[in-house]
Amino acid sequence: MFDLTGKKALVTGATGGIGGAIARALHASGAQVALSGTRQEALDALRAELPGSVALACNLSDPDETDGLIGRAEEALGGLDILVANAGITKDGLLLRMKDEDFERVLDVNLGSYFRLARAASKGMMKRRLGRIIAITSVVGVTGNPGQANYAASKAGMIGFTKSIAQELASRGITANCIAPGFIVSPMTDALNDAQKEAITKSIPAARLGQPDDIAAAVVYLASDQASYVTGQTLHVNGGMAMI
Amino acid sequence: MSDVFDRVKKIVIEHLDADADKVVENASFIDDLGADSLDTVELVMAFEEEFGVEIPDDAAEKIQTVGDAVKFISANAG
Repeated sequence: MFDLTGKKALVTGATGGIGGAIARALHASGAQVALSGTRQEALDALRAELPGSVALACNLSDPDETDGLIGRAEEALGGLDILVANAGITKDGLLLRMKDEDFERVLDVNLGSYFRLARAASKGMMKRRLGRIIAITSVVGVTGNPGQANYAASKAGMIGFTKSIAQELASRGITANCIAPGFIVSPMTDALNDAQKEAITKSIPAARLGQPDDIAAAVVYLASDQASYVTGQTLHVNGGMAMI
Repeated sequence: MSDVFDRVKKIVIEHLDADADKVVENASFIDDLGADSLDTVELVMAFEEEFGVEIPDDAAEKIQTVGDAVKFISANAG
């Protein structure tokens, strides 16, 4: 339905469950995709699966590497139309026990790298008068979650950041939006026992966990020409577990 | 001076899609040439690239006309 033929996209955290699904969906819609992550083998495997894609290993906790990633993607793809800032980390813990470095590292990787990537990507997008900046945040950035003060702060920060740059860049044909996944099937949720899974699904009106493809479909929509009038928004994809 | 002016003028015409004869020394980017605040940032970045000069934020704020840009660049470029 949404045609991304000829578009060039960068997906960070592409070797994760959601990132991989996003990369596949963009590719299936016709985009040429640059895959970024820290695990070279997993990147190579995904690249082999997606003809025309390129693998760009990058450690987003390193500011210089992060600053350089957009340039590498633009060079490899011949431009960049779509940035999907998907990479993120967690260092969960209750406030009283949270170490400085756990707070700072989560803010730095999740929010800091998004800032650096968006700053670098917007330069070329402004020149071309076209661009899509899409940040994968989280429902907890809006609702909060005990044990995830650092993570929730980083995700809420991404939302505020996105709203600000959406206003700065709208006149240049660039949109910036967030997608906030709820509970999505992942290796982490696979590890839960049946009782835990049942408790979670009870809190979700759709009565199931989300799939990575549910998030990927939202990315494809926001990346499309049809979504050109949607900017500064947070699209919640959570089966109704939070209606905001 | 004139070489710098010509290169500045070329950048301004390209970025703002401005009429060549309107890009004169005392033309204000915003008031006379139709630039918005984002355009002025883009122009400053383009000047930095073209002339290999760094334009700090406080200096960039004072560059409001074509002549301001030429003066800063002439005084600071290599």
